[in-house]
Amino acid sequence: MSDRPTPLLRAQGLVKTHHGDGGPVRAVRGVDLSVRQGEFVAVTGPSGAGKSTLLHLLGGLQRPDSGSIHLAGESTDGYSEARWAVKRRKHIGIVFQFFNLVSDLSVADNVELPALLAGVPPKRARARREELLAELSLTGKENSMPGELSGGEQQRVALARALVNHPPLLLADEPAGSLDSKGTREVMRLLSRFHRRGQTIVLVTHDARLASAGDRVISFFDGRIADDAELTSGAPQVRRTGISGVLELKD
Amino acid sequence: MGKGALVRLPLLALLARGPAHGYELKQDLEQLLGSAYPQPNIGQIYVTLGRLEKTGLIEGEEVEQSSRPNKKIYRLTEAGREALNVWFEETADEPRVRDDFFMKLALAPRTGLADQITLINRQRRQYLNTMRALSKLAAAEDRDNRIAHLLIEGAMLHLQADLDWLERCQEELEDTE
Repeated sequence: MSDRPTPLLRAQGLVKTHHGDGGPVRAVRGVDLSVRQGEFVAVTGPSGAGKSTLLHLLGGLQRPDSGSIHLAGESTDGYSEARWAVKRRKHIGIVFQFFNLVSDLSVADNVELPALLAGVPPKRARARREELLAELSLTGKENSMPGELSGGEQQRVALARALVNHPPLLLADEPAGSLDSKGTREVMRLLSRFHRRGQTIVLVTHDARLASAGDRVISFFDGRIADDAELTSGAPQVRRTGISGVLELKD
Repeated sequence: MGKGALVRLPLLALLARGPAHGYELKQDLEQLLGSAYPQPNIGQIYVTLGRLEKTGLIEGEEVEQSSRPNKKIYRLTEAGREALNVWFEETADEPRVRDDFFMKLALAPRTGLADQITLINRQRRQYLNTMRALSKLAAAEDRDNRIAHLLIEGAMLHLQADLDWLERCQEELEDTE
C-alpha cells in the first residue's frame, strides 16, 4: 500500500443523511472509495440510490455527516466553503445533468469565466477557450447564448467550462441525463477522448452504455457500494463469446 | 420458426432481387450487416442453399466456367417468394428473459451453493463488459452503415434492459436478507 502512488481522490467512511419532510433519508451509508490518477470510474445504480449525493460530497458541494475526503493526499476536513470553491475552480471540474450554464453570458464568456476567476490572464483564457471550443466542435458558437443551443451543444459548453483550468479531476453527474441518444453518444465519445489523454474522471450515470465507457464500474445501491469492477478493455477476443449471445446469426 | 430460419430467410430475401451464387450472397450479407454481425461462413451458406433447394424454395443451375469448377446460380421459385411473403407478414417473437441466469437466481437459495447477490454482481460484470465491447464495435464500424449501427444499438438497448432488470432483482433481494 505504501509504495503505491497517492490516489488522486480518497474517501473513507462517508456518511450523509438528508433530512426532508418524509423523514431522514440515508443517502450515503459508509463509502470507502479510492480513485487513481488517470482512472475513469463510473458509478451506476437506480435513481435514489444516493450516487449523486456521493458525487456532491466528492466535489465539496455537500458536506458529509462523517467520514473524510483526501484530494491528492491532502485532507479536506478543515476546508471552508471558500476553500472548496477555490478547489472546484482549479482542481475539480464538474458537469451536471442540466448544464448549469450562466444564461445571460455568451458561450465564450461561460467558458472563460472560471479561467479569469482563477487568475489566468485574459489573453491566455481566450486562447484556452478557443482551443476547447474547437476541440468540442463549437467554433462559431462563441457569441451564442446558451438558450440558443441544443442540449448536446450546451453540455459540450459545460464540458469546456469544466476543463478550462485543466483540473486533475473531472466529476460528471448524469451528463447525458437530459440528452437524446445521439447526444449521449457524443458525451460518451468526448469523455473517452479526454480520458485517453490522461484525464481522471468520476462519472455518475444510470445509463449502462455511458458507464461502459469507464474502465471501472461501481454499482451503487441504497447508499453503499455493492460491486466495484474493472472492465476488460479488449473488444476483439470478447467478440466470439460475449457478443455472440447478443448478436448472432444461427443456423 | 426454427433457428435455421434466421439464415434461410435472409438468403431467400437476397435472392428476391435476382439470381446469385453462394459467394455473392455471402458478400451481400457482409456488406449489409457490417462487421458487428457474426457472419455465417461460406460452408453454412452452401449447406443452407442445399436445403432450400431440396424444399423447392429455390432452384439451382450449374454454370460452366472455363478455368474453374462449375458454379451454381440460384433463383427464387414461386414457393420461395410465397415463403418470403409469409415471413414479412409475420411479426417476430419477442426476446426472452435470460432463462439460464434466472434459474440460477431462483434456485440458488435452495442449494446453499451460491449467493444471489454474488450471482447478480457477476452477471452485471459480464453485461458491462459486453456493453463495452459493443461500444467499441460501434466506434469501429463504418459511420455510414446505418443498418449495422442500428443492429449494435439494438443489442445495447437489450443489454441496458437486462442491466435494469438485474438492478430490480438486487433491490428486491437485498431487502429480504
